[in-house]
Amino acid sequence: MVEIKNSLVKDIFTIHVIGEVDASSSIHLDESIGEATSKYSKIMVNCEQLEYISSAGLGVFMSYINDLEEKGIKLVIYGLSDKVRHVFQILGLDQLLKITENEEEAKGIVNGV
Amino acid sequence: MPSHKNILRFLAFLGIFFWLSMMGSGYLYRFGQSYSTSSETYLFFAKSFLIALILAIYFFYKRKIGNQESFDIIDLLWKVFVTGLIATVVSLLSNFLLTVLKENEHGRNPYFLDLLYHINVGLIITFLIAAFTVWKRLILYQKSKWLIRIWNVFEYGLLGSSLLFFTAYEIFSGVFSTLIWGMLVVMSFVLSVNLKWVAYLNFKQKWKSILLIILIGLYIGYFYSILNNYGEDYGFTPIFDALGVITIHGLYVFILIYSIFSVLVILFNLPTSSVFEQKLVEVINFQKLSQARNTGQNENQVFDILLESSVSVVIANAAWIDIKDEDENVKKTLFYKLNKHEKEEALKSLKSNKIKNIQSSVASRNKVNSRFTAELKHELFKSILVIPLYIGDKQIASLALVKDVKDGFSKEMIEIIRTFVNQASVSIENYRLMKEAIVNERYKEELKIAKRVQDSLIPTILATNEDLQISAFSKPAAEVGGDYFDTFKMDKDRIAIIVGDVSGKGTSAAFHMSQMKGVFQSLVQLNLSAKEFIIKANNALSSCLDRTSFITTTYFIIDSKKRIFEFSRAGHCPTLYYSAKEKKVKYLEDNGLGLGILRDDQFDSFVEVNEIKYQQGDILFLYTDGITEAKNSQNEEYGYERLKQFLNKNAFYSADYIKDEILKTIHDFCGSSNLEDDITTLIVKVK
Repeated sequence: MVEIKNSLVKDIFTIHVIGEVDASSSIHLDESIGEATSKYSKIMVNCEQLEYISSAGLGVFMSYINDLEEKGIKLVIYGLSDKVRHVFQILGLDQLLKITENEEEAKGIVNGV
Repeated sequence: MPSHKNILRFLAFLGIFFWLSMMGSGYLYRFGQSYSTSSETYLFFAKSFLIALILAIYFFYKRKIGNQESFDIIDLLWKVFVTGLIATVVSLLSNFLLTVLKENEHGRNPYFLDLLYHINVGLIITFLIAAFTVWKRLILYQKSKWLIRIWNVFEYGLLGSSLLFFTAYEIFSGVFSTLIWGMLVVMSFVLSVNLKWVAYLNFKQKWKSILLIILIGLYIGYFYSILNNYGEDYGFTPIFDALGVITIHGLYVFILIYSIFSVLVILFNLPTSSVFEQKLVEVINFQKLSQARNTGQNENQVFDILLESSVSVVIANAAWIDIKDEDENVKKTLFYKLNKHEKEEALKSLKSNKIKNIQSSVASRNKVNSRFTAELKHELFKSILVIPLYIGDKQIASLALVKDVKDGFSKEMIEIIRTFVNQASVSIENYRLMKEAIVNERYKEELKIAKRVQDSLIPTILATNEDLQISAFSKPAAEVGGDYFDTFKMDKDRIAIIVGDVSGKGTSAAFHMSQMKGVFQSLVQLNLSAKEFIIKANNALSSCLDRTSFITTTYFIIDSKKRIFEFSRAGHCPTLYYSAKEKKVKYLEDNGLGLGILRDDQFDSFVEVNEIKYQQGDILFLYTDGITEAKNSQNEEYGYERLKQFLNKNAFYSADYIKDEILKTIHDFCGSSNLEDDITTLIVKVK
């Protein structure tokens, strides 16, 4: 099961993904990112408490790659555990999405520093 | 075996034969007597035939009534009554004949009087035994071991005592016969307390029974006086006194005692019979609802039965059931003896201060208690009882009963209605579950078909050549899955190999898997390089896959002539490679991107192709993440490291052996916990 929390600090919208994202719970992640990309141009995804992500969950991130580029939205994922990061890497998503170690770095990228 | 009817016919014939023989012997005896010759033998014969007659009739009725399957008390009593009626009419006719012929010399002829006496005896015995058989069934209505024992002693004692007829002509002639007689009378009393059948009669049946039994009692009295006083007026003595047979006398007494007991008990039961009837109605209604549950009647039928049963049990003047839909809005109302308008009027007249809630675990959770009794301020209806039907937490209907008296619903009534309502709820729930089960069953069948189709997509024969051993295995976690592998012989030296994994699980993954198969089988014919294959596959799949789906693959072209593995990884788990020369295992972690992630030309720049010059003994171990992510009971993954060690340890063996061994290893690792993901493995070993 996954729990998703949102927060907005200044103009940066942050999605906190907590728990496990599998085929059924990936729908919630999809809704959340979909909503964020329609309203904000600076988005951070906090995955510090993301324990597991299935291929369906990766599919959600993947499906926004084109959107982000077209709309000029900056989306940064941070706080991935080694295991989850490896999953992103195998699929090649690390080449297409901005992934950073921590919140500070993520903020820097979102703010275009 | 002779048929039931034939046996009855035979016994009836036997009875008539014994009766005629008895009369014949009697005549011979009287004939002998009038000529003062010794003819005691004929008397003995006459008595014997009398006893034989009793036995024949006894067996006749035992067969006719005693074994009957149906048990209709009134019908049984009616049969006895009719038998008695016929006997009485015939007997009265014979008496009338006697009176008419009183002055005539034929009327005083002993042979003629004997004939009439024997006719009476035959009829009376028939009646007595018919009554006896019916009484037996009534007494044994609810049997117990002891009751049956006492009855058997009584029955055999009664029949057996007829033998005393030969030794002691008079019933009270000796101590022994008196003792037996006394015992039979005592037992008659003891047995006569068994009157349980009375409780099962309704009011009308009770009255009928009383009437019939009183008439039967009158016959008894009449018949007794006939046998007792026969021929007294004429100074005629029958050749034997049938009443002297303990059996006959005993039958008289027993039937009379039981008749008196029955009438008294029925009389005392009359005032309470309405209560019993009510209880019976409840039981029958309850049974109806239970049966509805078993036979899976549809919901409306169950509601109908509930409405009908409830009305009859509490004797309501009107009632209705509001049937509710998913959102608990009334979608339909069943009415009993009122219409929609009257229902609304009745509800309007509800005295809100006179509502008494009825305790309920479900309703209290829902805060609003919807089961209650209340007073009504209505010209016809004075009280109302409302009980809702629940399935789980959901109200599916609400039953309302109204009566024309204040406080019309006693605690007992409410309890019964609640039981009915519960039973109906269970019936409806069962019906719904059954419907669901049928639908699920159909889905299961469909999935089975899907599984068969998918199984046929997995190749059973793998392309290979003299240089290579290839072995593969794939098993979905559910009926169908998203794993895929295939091989293709491009020419005599080159073999193409693919392993793929569709994102997601189950049916949706299975659809994409079949598309992948189509793409592979088409593109592989075109003699493409590994890079071209991956790019074209991405193009093709980009327009096939839905927004969030992608497929990871590893594609190999093995060239036996150049002894080269040419390969490209498209986001798939890195292939494990064993180098025989270095005796080392490593993952081929080239860059790559899953198919369908980028659905335009940008993808091309992410495709990497690599080549390995292979040697004898080298192994390629392709797999899907079902293997590395297989979990044990501690929720620990099998992982990349264990897999590496596994291959290192087993590199010496054949491809087939390695495949079997990895499946066994994974199986052992998971233990009792089930596989959560599809697993696939394909092993290539260079010979």
